[in-house]
Amino acid sequence: MDAPDHAPPVRDGVHVPRRHDSAEKHVAGRAIYADDAPEPPGLLHGAFGLATIAHGRITALDLDPVRAAPGVVAVLSADDVPGENDTGPVARDEVFLAASEAAQSGDVHFHGQPLFLVAAESREAARRAARLAQVSYAEEPAVLSIAQAMEAGSRFGTPYRMARPDAEGRDAPQAIEGAPMRLSGRVEIGGQEHFYLEGQVAMALPGEDGDLHILSSNQHPSECQLIVAHLLGLSAHAVTVEVRRMGGGFGGKETQGNQTAAAAALIAHCTGRPAKLRLDRDDDIVTTGKRHDFVIDWEAGFDATGRIHGICVTQMARCGWSLDLSNAICDRAMFHADNCYYLPAVEIVSHRLRTNTVSNTAFRGFGGPQGMVGIERAMDEIAFALGLDPLAVRRANFYDPPDAGGGRSTTPYHMEVEDCVIAEIVDDLAARTGYEARRGEIRAANASSPVIKRGIALTPVKFGISFTTSFLNQAGALVHIYRDGSVMLNHGGTEMGQGLFIKVAQVAASELGLDLDRVKITATRTDKVPNTSATAASSGSDMNGMAVRDACAKLKARLRGFAARHWKVAEAEVEFLANRVRVGRKTIAWEALIEAAYLARVSLSATGFYATPKIHWDRDAARGRPFYYFAYGAAVTEAAIDTLTGESRILRVDILHDVGRSLNPAVDLGQIEGGFVQGTGWLTSEELWWDDTGRLRTHAPSTYKIPACSDRPRVLNMALWEKGMNRELTIRRSKAVGEPPLMLAISALHALSDAVAAAGDYRRYPGLEAPATPERILAAVERVRDG
Amino acid sequence: MSRIHVTTSVNGDEVDFLCEPDETLLDALRNRLGLTGSKEGCGTGDCGACSVTLDGRLVCSCLVLAAEAEGREIATIEGMAEGEALHPLQKKFIEHAALQCGVCTPGILVATKALLEKNPDPSETEVRYWLAGNLCRCTGYDKIIRAVMDAAAELRRA
Ligand code: FES
Ligand code: FES
Repeated sequence: MDAPDHAPPVRDGVHVPRRHDSAEKHVAGRAIYADDAPEPPGLLHGAFGLATIAHGRITALDLDPVRAAPGVVAVLSADDVPGENDTGPVARDEVFLAASEAAQSGDVHFHGQPLFLVAAESREAARRAARLAQVSYAEEPAVLSIAQAMEAGSRFGTPYRMARPDAEGRDAPQAIEGAPMRLSGRVEIGGQEHFYLEGQVAMALPGEDGDLHILSSNQHPSECQLIVAHLLGLSAHAVTVEVRRMGGGFGGKETQGNQTAAAAALIAHCTGRPAKLRLDRDDDIVTTGKRHDFVIDWEAGFDATGRIHGICVTQMARCGWSLDLSNAICDRAMFHADNCYYLPAVEIVSHRLRTNTVSNTAFRGFGGPQGMVGIERAMDEIAFALGLDPLAVRRANFYDPPDAGGGRSTTPYHMEVEDCVIAEIVDDLAARTGYEARRGEIRAANASSPVIKRGIALTPVKFGISFTTSFLNQAGALVHIYRDGSVMLNHGGTEMGQGLFIKVAQVAASELGLDLDRVKITATRTDKVPNTSATAASSGSDMNGMAVRDACAKLKARLRGFAARHWKVAEAEVEFLANRVRVGRKTIAWEALIEAAYLARVSLSATGFYATPKIHWDRDAARGRPFYYFAYGAAVTEAAIDTLTGESRILRVDILHDVGRSLNPAVDLGQIEGGFVQGTGWLTSEELWWDDTGRLRTHAPSTYKIPACSDRPRVLNMALWEKGMNRELTIRRSKAVGEPPLMLAISALHALSDAVAAAGDYRRYPGLEAPATPERILAAVERVRDG
Repeated sequence: MSRIHVTTSVNGDEVDFLCEPDETLLDALRNRLGLTGSKEGCGTGDCGACSVTLDGRLVCSCLVLAAEAEGREIATIEGMAEGEALHPLQKKFIEHAALQCGVCTPGILVATKALLEKNPDPSETEVRYWLAGNLCRCTGYDKIIRAVMDAAAELRRA
């Protein structure tokens, strides 16, 4: 069993705020990303030819002008795909190259869909040539928005329902009916472009026997390997995918890197030459998926304290043209429709809408944030209706704390919440930040400030940790000890800047009792650790850390047994110290032990494996334990708006977040800061805007606005919750941190809403939609003033 | 199109290369000179990942033609450290954990160095607005600002 701190005190082991392993290379410009790897001679560059309608059929296709363009070596369409012309990760419904030159046909499902592929001697030549195709279409009506898709009944599958009656057996509509008060509403939530600073890129290198080695910027090398193999009609063992690091992923390279890798692979396969494809930023934004936009309807019955008796929630998500990961994402939105709140009688219905837009995909939080925005809106609107502080209503609805036995701990999916520490975190944060007093001061100050209005909000987060597709919760590792005692570490997780590699290396160092500099971190490769899951669902360090620990435990057991035999002591007398081993009464250096073990023919290499325990999920019954545990946090945000222009500013943010016993506090604080700011971008400035023809018009940083340095909150205080300790036996009792902090940004949306309410003297609920751009804020100001 | 012969100085070294007339300085640095520290985040002058200085002036190398470098002095991230000795700014970025994926880091360091050469004692607001053209998607800029302020203070003391 886990003893959190049995490890010897090695240099830079677990719980130490050790810097990112590549930090020195990053600041010197020497870290090698996929696009920086040395280019082999004869390298070809690829570019996609893209559809220019949102929906319809190709009726004629002339690729000869493309072929005739300078520098072009090959033009490939569906006809040239030797295997399955599909890159879909779950359903095989994602045509890779939509056009067939031979058949002069092809179905187009969104504006910007890849039709064919050009390979040329230079990137510029390929990109230029790709625009020369002559394509005629028979256009069909396009379903673009959530409203259009609902009306047309354009969905993936049937609506999925999750429901639980209250203790008296009343279902949600009955409980709402029987409650003292009722309210209903709707909230619209925009999508989000990942805008990883390093765009999609892959390079494929042909090897012997038609094998391929692919350098990809990819969160899921194993899936990329399989998809490429299927596409080319090869066995998986003929394809190796390698990922040293990504320049940001955020979910945008969980499946979306596969298309680029497939393109490089197809060119290499067809021409026998190495090939690379890097999407230009505009194409990257147009052709790769985004966070799902949602419309959420809710109806709640509650009492005078704001406590909910029953609630019905309808979630409508725009999934785009293919399924991708939408089912799991929409499931997670449902799993987070409760956030931190016990909903006695509840019904959640989810519509997964098929539209003629790019296929939406994973994005940090994976649907959870949208689900949470829905319930937070309900809390806020109920409080407004009752004239209460929204925090009071939130508190009135929290799940019971651990072991309270108050009967308020079952989720809508019948999982018991056993670790709910949110009340404690919120109390702590509210006290630290003087929330209540500040709220009063802000209201008073607003009364005498006609143009600038301020608002404040405290919102909580509870986020479920595990892949909800249970089989994905497995991880592998490979650890070698070389004869000089140095250690090489490999596992299935990928590094995208989040600090996974350093955390897992710290785990290896602590497990083996070695200083961190004895452990080498290596690129993720499918030929080292096979069949891995995506680095996603915040699970990277939880799962890979455990797998590495398993490998280290095997090595230690072998070494212990060997030492006992060799030096004739009992196994219990062998103890691993920092960089040394005590054997009976003598202490020997690690290196000496390793050399002796090698000479005695002891295997110094081990694989490790981990499967997350306890989880199970019955999707048909909508019942089970999809999550191993929950991560918690809370934030208070104070914001100001200019009621004449709609411009807004975040003035102050205070965050208290539970990461259990942090594996690396520096890395975790970085995730919290980055997650919060990314979430703020999603809810305030980042607006995806499609025109009536289905063309995305915000496809470059000049029009799509992620937070810039000048937007940084004036005051940003972040703290790890000191009492944090995972109740479950996770690696060193830590908690996952990748996604949960993003949702702390919901406090920013509500602070803005509070400021808008002030513009109407708190008489009318602002109903501020996300993203709260200046236009939306201004419109909301006008609404509350007219009211 | 015939290629252009360019002679220029990069990080103090005389170099020459052949480039296409429409080739950007960023592509020439990355593909012809093997200096891949400057990154392409957008190619349109909006992200700052490609920041270098040209005769001491901060530019987006994706908006400069390689041919324009003729006879000029270019400084890139690769020239910031003195051999193995990191520049104080680089050290402070490491110390403050002001980076995650690291793609924005070279551009931000080059831009910051240019600022501090003009204005060794910037206010926090000045730093924020100066760096507004350097996007970072991973951090929340908080640690970046802290690192810059700390480095500026140290450089003033030196
Ligand atoms: S790549 Fe030059 S500014 Fe973005
Ligand atoms: S660290 Fe990734 S973009 Fe700044």
